[in-house]
Amino acid sequence: MQHSRVTGIGERPALRIVLVACTMVLMVLILVMPLAVVLVEALRRGIGSYAEGISSPDAWDAIRLTVLVAAIAVPLNTVFGLAAAWCLTRYRFAGRAALMALTALPFSVSPVISGLVWVLLFGLQGWFGPWLRAHDVQIIFALPGIVLATVFVTVPFVVRQVIPIMQARGDDEELAALTLGASGWQIFRRITLPRVRWGVLNGVLLCNARAMGEFGAVSVVSGHIRGLTVTMPLHIEILYNDYNLPAAFAMASLLAAMALVTLGVKALLERRQTAGV
Amino acid sequence: MKMRTLGLAILAIGLLGSTVVRAEVTLLNVSYDPTRELYADINKAFAADWKAKTGEAITIRSSHGGSGAQARAVIDGLEADVVTLALQPDIDAIAERAHLLPTDWQSRLPNHSVPYTSTILFVVRKGNPKGIHDWGDLLKPGVQVITPNPKTSGGARWNYLAAWGYALKQPGGTPEKAKAFVRDLFSHVPILDSGARGATITFARRNQGDVLLAWEDDANLAVRELGEGKLEIVAPSMSIQAEPVVALVDQVVAKHGTAKEAAAYLQYLYSPAAQEIDAKHFLRPTDKAVMARYAGQFPTITTFTVDEVFGSWKKVQAEQFGDGGVFDQIYQPVK
Repeated sequence: MQHSRVTGIGERPALRIVLVACTMVLMVLILVMPLAVVLVEALRRGIGSYAEGISSPDAWDAIRLTVLVAAIAVPLNTVFGLAAAWCLTRYRFAGRAALMALTALPFSVSPVISGLVWVLLFGLQGWFGPWLRAHDVQIIFALPGIVLATVFVTVPFVVRQVIPIMQARGDDEELAALTLGASGWQIFRRITLPRVRWGVLNGVLLCNARAMGEFGAVSVVSGHIRGLTVTMPLHIEILYNDYNLPAAFAMASLLAAMALVTLGVKALLERRQTAGV
Repeated sequence: MKMRTLGLAILAIGLLGSTVVRAEVTLLNVSYDPTRELYADINKAFAADWKAKTGEAITIRSSHGGSGAQARAVIDGLEADVVTLALQPDIDAIAERAHLLPTDWQSRLPNHSVPYTSTILFVVRKGNPKGIHDWGDLLKPGVQVITPNPKTSGGARWNYLAAWGYALKQPGGTPEKAKAFVRDLFSHVPILDSGARGATITFARRNQGDVLLAWEDDANLAVRELGEGKLEIVAPSMSIQAEPVVALVDQVVAKHGTAKEAAAYLQYLYSPAAQEIDAKHFLRPTDKAVMARYAGQFPTITTFTVDEVFGSWKKVQAEQFGDGGVFDQIYQPVK
């Protein structure tokens, strides 16, 4: 970032103070306070009940499932995101603009729909339901369905981060490499990838945060089988409805912490990036 | 540094260790919302009983949600070995739409597949400030009633039918008067949650409304868990006999090879041991001896069944809750 005077606001100190104060107050009210409430509620009955809340077998199953789903969804979306961004910025073809718009689709449809489409496709009454049943393949209400729903919801993160960078960089360097006799894979590995690595990392981290936290789409395809298809966000809802508030908030604080660590890593990377590393 | 490596190693072993597939038989019980605590206990008791009788280990998993939504999930392929739902029409839907079990499922278990019953009671705030003692009091000016949505919640349908039956059984009661009564009642409902648990939380935690219409078991649980001396239960003069139903899902047990275990599990629900657990969770046992032992904790209420008042569930379903049915005609969201 260059520290230039971007607008005229800087010349009126009073206005600047008001704007900064408003931003701070809003941030505290709608971001910091709810997170603090989660932590306070989680620790209200002491560290012992907190530990109990996150160490029950069902809680462990939920944590493991959440990590597993993220571990599958994030690499898939990273590879897909890179490939899609490459195609969309390096080739000109019919339908390219439409495809570009499609990559943002999951952002604009409700997560409930993102879940329901898989039920309509792979549910017992869905298009492929009878065939899947005949071949004893379970997708909905099992791990594959949860992964599909998560992948669908998190598709845009990597690809939308990488496209603008690839566009801004242009393809001069790649063309130069080509004329020097580099193979496609060499160009990708030695030139393209290093250029977009920060964008990819950013995308991966955001993708991971969302993959672990997705509720709506996963809720639709989960089946809510305790200890089997319940992810952390779903487990939190179950605990809340079980009147088990300390455990619900303990779990919620753990999930929030996982997201915050992700964001912390992202901030750290951004600082290194701007420092010119 | 060493501690951290050790911690990571333990974590890794833990993650690996617990993903090892257990070879033992697993059953999935897909149930409705307020039975979470009940089946947590029954599942443990059954597993112990099964182990003692056969020497085999068994795990029962359960899934809970609104009864209608759960039926929908089974229709869409949630592989329930047994279903234990709030209403007969929900299991009928599984039989009719997905053909996963025969349509005469209800005749296969004792007491037309009803192992325990319940009824609909009122929960009010401490001291009963609005003086609510019977259904008629719900229509007093300024009284707000909390009930979930009969379109999505099994419990809410029982609430609705209980109110209807009460009005019908009053001197000079007619279907028209009952309809007017229920219409008036729903004009006192500020929020319709989608499930019984949601409604209970709306009432008890978010402090909305003056009276909650609830399953007897959920009412008792809410008073115990959330009330802390803030809530009271009121038994009206008359209410409905709510009959949750259970069934084996033939197609699924055939696929899983769990027919024997699933049948034993459902039979177990009728055993004195399970009936005791029902009573402890404020569900009314159908076993007369067990019911007699716990009679003190269940208020005496004149109850009527769906068949007595409405003929059959099929009729009720079509007339009252179908699209354009009576509920659609009378319910106007409170502005």
